[in-house]
Amino acid sequence: MNKYFPYIASIVFICTSCTDENVTEYVPTPIALEIPQLFEDNIIAPVIPLDNPQTIEGIALGKKLFFDPILSGDNTQACADCHTPENAFSDASRFSDGIDGRLGNRNSMPLFNLAWNYNERFFWDGRAFSLEHQAFQPVTNPIEMKATWVDVSSKLQQDQDYPSLFDQAFGTSTIDSILVTKAIAQFERTLISANSRFDQYLLGQINLTSEELEGFNVFMDETRGDCFHCHGNANNPLWTDNIFHNNGLDAIITDLGLGKISGDPANNGKFKSPSLRNLAFTAPYMHDGRFNSLDEVINHYSEGLQNSTTIDPLMKKVAQGGVHLSAQDKSNLKAFLLSLSDESFINNPNFKNP
Amino acid sequence: MKKIVSIFLICMLFVSCNSDNDDPPTSVSFNFTHNWDGTNVTNSEFNTIQYTNANGQALSIEKLRYLISNITFRKVNGETTVINAYNLIDVTNNTNLIYTLPNEMLTGHYINVSFTFGFNNDDNYQNYTDLNSASWNVPAQLGGGYHFMQLEGKFIDNASAQTGYAYHCIRAVDNSGAQQVFQDTFFTVDLGEVELKNNASIVINMNIAEWFKNPNQWDLNLLGNMLMPNFNAQVMMHDNGQNVFSLGELIP
Repeated sequence: MNKYFPYIASIVFICTSCTDENVTEYVPTPIALEIPQLFEDNIIAPVIPLDNPQTIEGIALGKKLFFDPILSGDNTQACADCHTPENAFSDASRFSDGIDGRLGNRNSMPLFNLAWNYNERFFWDGRAFSLEHQAFQPVTNPIEMKATWVDVSSKLQQDQDYPSLFDQAFGTSTIDSILVTKAIAQFERTLISANSRFDQYLLGQINLTSEELEGFNVFMDETRGDCFHCHGNANNPLWTDNIFHNNGLDAIITDLGLGKISGDPANNGKFKSPSLRNLAFTAPYMHDGRFNSLDEVINHYSEGLQNSTTIDPLMKKVAQGGVHLSAQDKSNLKAFLLSLSDESFINNPNFKNP
Repeated sequence: MKKIVSIFLICMLFVSCNSDNDDPPTSVSFNFTHNWDGTNVTNSEFNTIQYTNANGQALSIEKLRYLISNITFRKVNGETTVINAYNLIDVTNNTNLIYTLPNEMLTGHYINVSFTFGFNNDDNYQNYTDLNSASWNVPAQLGGGYHFMQLEGKFIDNASAQTGYAYHCIRAVDNSGAQQVFQDTFFTVDLGEVELKNNASIVINMNIAEWFKNPNQWDLNLLGNMLMPNFNAQVMMHDNGQNVFSLGELIP
């Protein structure tokens, strides 16, 4: 037996050597998210799926896809048409129109800090789990981009640039919907907003006006604005809890929101708390874009609350119609809310159509 | 002679094993369960008005989450092990109901196991990224730090209307004067003695009804909302919390 050992060892060695030489697996260039200091200091790490790590090539591909109308059925509409950078990736129209001009019934959600949505439920009604799965839906939605993934994949495959870009991003030039949505999700995770005046104030870089500071007090005061339970605080720079609430918009609920998705009537009329960042750019407001101005939003919580069976217990003053802020408190609260808007985010060249 | 050596070695082996196994370390988990005067409560029972508090008010639960910290084990010789950690139990989302200690414990007899409901003052004013991410903070106007509990739902008020309540526990603060005056409202929950065996699981029962019962019969018409800035309400919650928790089953 021993006399065969050198031969066996040699064969094993040769095989091993051959394996090493022949397999040169392509690996795209990893790149970490640039986590803002306030996020690093105060909240837990962003959600990045193990099967879709951030890479330079993946992000670049995702950005190109995000701005490319090739994803729509008639090549006329890109993701960016309803998620415009100047509107913090929301839509200035109450309802977005699809390629056939049909309107939906929800206001386009702004896109930023999405990697910190820890429960990973996306859309106003939470119907998609994970950013990758979210990106699947608008492409095939008949009132939005109205395409099929078979057609989209085919168009991308026949394009002169995309096969090589997918190869660089994922190590394969065979394009499918999974890789398209992975690339878009990578780009979307880079949409980070953390440079508002209030952020700069928290970092000790600037002073706020007295109106902004007093507005923050109104926001944090349980007996006045009482906004913090759902919209965060200075230690939670997301300015949302990313949870679903019935915030007293309607006495009779016709759009069931989370209730339609979960099938639980206790969730009827519940929609995700949006972040209060970038409100200066994201009008109109609420899931159905019913309020055109921040004044209308503040008036809703102050005097316009409607009771219903699923209203959130945190809408504590619903019996009185709202929290009844003074005119001064309203004005100050608005000043504070606007201090959460981030001009550098909407003007970031990395986030614009190349 | 060979036989004697073998026997000696075998004996040594047993002696060694015995020494090692005196108090072998084990993982320990706490299983937080909830009931309403003995009726099991999970998030499946949420959102339906089906409980009646000591004041005779029918109510539902829509949200329940609370913080415990500093689980402490004490041996008969006075040796004390404090687990310097915390756990945010979220019954609404069914998370952290089972909490495995970050450190192993030695098996054996402990004359007392306890934990802190909420945070003591040293712990309360640290910065915790996971609790911030859960929007668990208390506004600076109310002293800062963190919530100890959020219990929310609906009740039938004295006008027979369905009304929300938000029973939020924090450190009591009196803002009526020029300076904030605080009163501690965290408290120690003594569970009594336990015998820790391998892979021990300790069941902790919370009787939610007790928050409304003893010594303060809770009237949600008067104390249903805006309780965080209500110093007296916070002290009353602290008092009512004393009989909320009990030691349940110990497995194995």
